[in-house]
Amino acid sequence: MSSSAASAAGEQRISMLKVLNPFHVWALGVGIVLVGEFMGWNFSVAKGGAYGALIACWVIGLLYTCVAMIDSEVTSTVAAAGGQYTQAKHIIGPLMAFNVGLYLVMAYTMLEAADALIVGDLMKSGAEALGYAGLNTQPFVVLTIAFLAWLNYRGVFMTLTLNFVITLVAFAAILVLFIGVDPLNPGTVLKHKELLTDLPYGWIGVVASLQFGMWYYLGIEGTCQAAEETRSAARSIPLGTMGGMMTLLVAATLTWYICTGLMPWQYLGQAYTPLYDAASLLGNPVLQVLLFVGTLFAAVASANGCINDASRAWFSLGRDRFMPGWFGAIHPRYRTPYRAIIFLIPIAVSFAFTGLLDQVITFSILSGLLGYTFMSINMVKFRKKWPLDSIKRGYVHPFHPIPAIVLFVLCSAVYFATFLGYGASLLAIMAFYIAASVWFTFRRYQFVKRADQFTMPWPRPKGY
Amino acid sequence: MAKRYTPKKQSGIGQFIDSIFILILVYVSLYIPLLLKSEGTEEAAAGEAAKPTWASLDVTPVVQQQWEKLGYDAEKAAGLIGSKFDYTIDPMMLLITIAVIVGYFVFMVKISDRQYREVIAEKFGEK
Repeated sequence: MSSSAASAAGEQRISMLKVLNPFHVWALGVGIVLVGEFMGWNFSVAKGGAYGALIACWVIGLLYTCVAMIDSEVTSTVAAAGGQYTQAKHIIGPLMAFNVGLYLVMAYTMLEAADALIVGDLMKSGAEALGYAGLNTQPFVVLTIAFLAWLNYRGVFMTLTLNFVITLVAFAAILVLFIGVDPLNPGTVLKHKELLTDLPYGWIGVVASLQFGMWYYLGIEGTCQAAEETRSAARSIPLGTMGGMMTLLVAATLTWYICTGLMPWQYLGQAYTPLYDAASLLGNPVLQVLLFVGTLFAAVASANGCINDASRAWFSLGRDRFMPGWFGAIHPRYRTPYRAIIFLIPIAVSFAFTGLLDQVITFSILSGLLGYTFMSINMVKFRKKWPLDSIKRGYVHPFHPIPAIVLFVLCSAVYFATFLGYGASLLAIMAFYIAASVWFTFRRYQFVKRADQFTMPWPRPKGY
Repeated sequence: MAKRYTPKKQSGIGQFIDSIFILILVYVSLYIPLLLKSEGTEEAAAGEAAKPTWASLDVTPVVQQQWEKLGYDAEKAAGLIGSKFDYTIDPMMLLITIAVIVGYFVFMVKISDRQYREVIAEKFGEK
């Protein structure tokens, strides 16, 4: 895979810098996701009760373990910006690749918008606590997106080093809170015995809770976007991704354990900042401040990672002319996809200000889910077209095709969960991707150079 | 070797129009659910006329204590305790949804495969 792109001048060929290590990959993946532990996961409690949310946490954890296993094998072999998009291009074909690129851009840009809204609301809450009521959140939303976009524009190393630091602080905040609730003496602070109830909606509620169970891990697959900028993709991507999954499984379990032991499920199911509320219930100001900072850092880290990933995906679409070629440029000095970064700023801001947070979040989750469905198909085709001994793989995941089959079945369950809560949104979003696919086939594909879409040094795929 | 396809060169205006088109499509799909119906909302159970108390809400003293620590009295908590999701399934809507998702993936894999054969033929030559 050529990692070069036309510069702004259109003549000189330059590439992105290979400066990242496994810690940056971890920071990218966990940074995007960890905000889901501070808020969002708890809507699964409303859908299916506290135990329903725990089952969702484990079932969706299994879904993402399959995602991480598959991603680790394919990305360590197809190491290029665009991640799953580039994989689709080489393994399934242009239309699938175009759709996967769109999934990535939509999932991350919409998540970025939601993150920025959270930052604004946190600033408002902080100001209220200090006696300044009625703070306007909109400037903070715009400033957050603009500052992080500037950081991304200036270089990937600094961007993800910052993400590493703030993600670590946010994760540490969860660990400190866990220690603060005296877990060795159940019943003293945590009241699980009294607060946990049976499943309020039965098993249908558990299935429904799978939709928001995605929040525990949504975005971890974004580690693949760093493939072209890591010093050793074959080592860094599997290490960073699997390490990230382990971090998230720990964080998700601790979060569930703390919150369900302190709050009635009906409150928890609609809380805006459940971990911060948990700290407030303990009446410890230091913990309160720590969780406020943790929530803020988690939201900023998530928005930062989303800008990084969405811009790489948009850049890749432009580089291959799946979208206008103008976006496929790399900054001659900072070596970042600067046009894609700038173009997505006003779009993220406009998503934040639509007032349609529910739809925006559902769009983001569903775009992610469509991407996971693609991965299960992709994995089967990858092994079929290039059996194990035909090309060199950075990592070979065990038990194939079980992870691909499990992933496909669990994705189907989450589609059903989405249908239960957001059936109209589900159909509207599918209509978008169908319309975009038709548009690509009959309009955009005429601008695409055919042979340039296959750049890996692999032999001819089996059966073609 | 297959005949090499030479793509059209796109003008700046064409590139701009294509970028805007995809954005318009996104916004339309965000607003469609609002036009169809509002969703994702919980339904409040038919409330009693009498003012709720912790006893009528059937909560234990420990649970009551946690509600109060959160700043809720019985009346305020009753709104949350009484809210319920409706998981009634419309079989026709479910069938339509399944058909749309399956149809989308089948269409995409088939067209992708056709395009992929062109790519492979140009890259590696005709078989």
